[in-house]
Amino acid sequence: MDWIMEPWPWYISGPMIAFVMFLLLMMGRKLGMSSNLRTLCAICGAGKRATFFDYDWKAQKWNLIVVAGVVLGGFLAANFLMNEKKVDIHDDVVKDLNAYGFASADNAYLPKELYAAENLSDPKVLALLIIGGLFIGFGTRYAGGCTSGHAISGLSSLQWPSLVAVIGFFAGGLFMVHIIFPLIF
Amino acid sequence: MIVRGIGFLLIGALFGIVLIKSEAASWFRIIEMFEFKSFHMYGIIGSAVILGIIIIQGIQKFKIKSFYGAPITIEPKENGTVRYLMGGAFFGLGWALAGACPGPMFTLAGAGFYAILIVIASATFGTFLYGLIKEKLPH
Repeated sequence: MDWIMEPWPWYISGPMIAFVMFLLLMMGRKLGMSSNLRTLCAICGAGKRATFFDYDWKAQKWNLIVVAGVVLGGFLAANFLMNEKKVDIHDDVVKDLNAYGFASADNAYLPKELYAAENLSDPKVLALLIIGGLFIGFGTRYAGGCTSGHAISGLSSLQWPSLVAVIGFFAGGLFMVHIIFPLIF
Repeated sequence: MIVRGIGFLLIGALFGIVLIKSEAASWFRIIEMFEFKSFHMYGIIGSAVILGIIIIQGIQKFKIKSFYGAPITIEPKENGTVRYLMGGAFFGLGWALAGACPGPMFTLAGAGFYAILIVIASATFGTFLYGLIKEKLPH
């Protein structure tokens, strides 16, 4: 059972994600994480400000329970299913990131420079996290889905709009890493 | 009802565990993917999609019913190009910067990376902004 404590290879992880999608279909639902952000807005009363949030969010409760499960899964994995929390990425990427000032590349799960609690008092770090979140929340709803809804669910059901969305994901991601990163780090 | 709720919770937990253990929730893996330096993320998404296609084709061909006896239907996404390209690109910018998409955001919160709560809060606000100006955007 040692393998369970090691990072899981893609050929285990990918099929397990497909299995999650299958289970949700069998429950009469479909995989999609970003729509929960809309539900959170609706719960907070955003329906009073925009009709987009004026709907019966209680019908989406099942997905909030899935999210609660995702949080629980993160807790279980981090506390009981892991020996060391570091990610062994390609040396070239480590070199690039070191040059950008990410000394934690190759020895952490998330970059300490962005995600360590003690760095949150740095206005730049805080601004980057907030801007990243804004793009994620705005973009996923504009595109009608994220990695789970479009890249996994959508492509699996051979939907053309999902392929267009995934091309958009990559256009944005490549622009950020190759054009913006050298300017901000 | 309670059994069903527990079902959703367990499915979510499985998803959360896979996202952490596959390292798909790691910022580093996302940057590596966008630098095309490893097959790992492409292998995860690619194998999930290939198996997903087989699963959905099988469900449709054999008219498999859900656990509750209802037919499984997959409604087609709305037609359009602009919203998917533009929205997708906005999301891609955020995905690469924060290194997390909505699934991993939540699993990282559970894993104890509390700074991700800032990303979750601002992503929720980003969704709110979209709802406010939706009618003015090209779709």
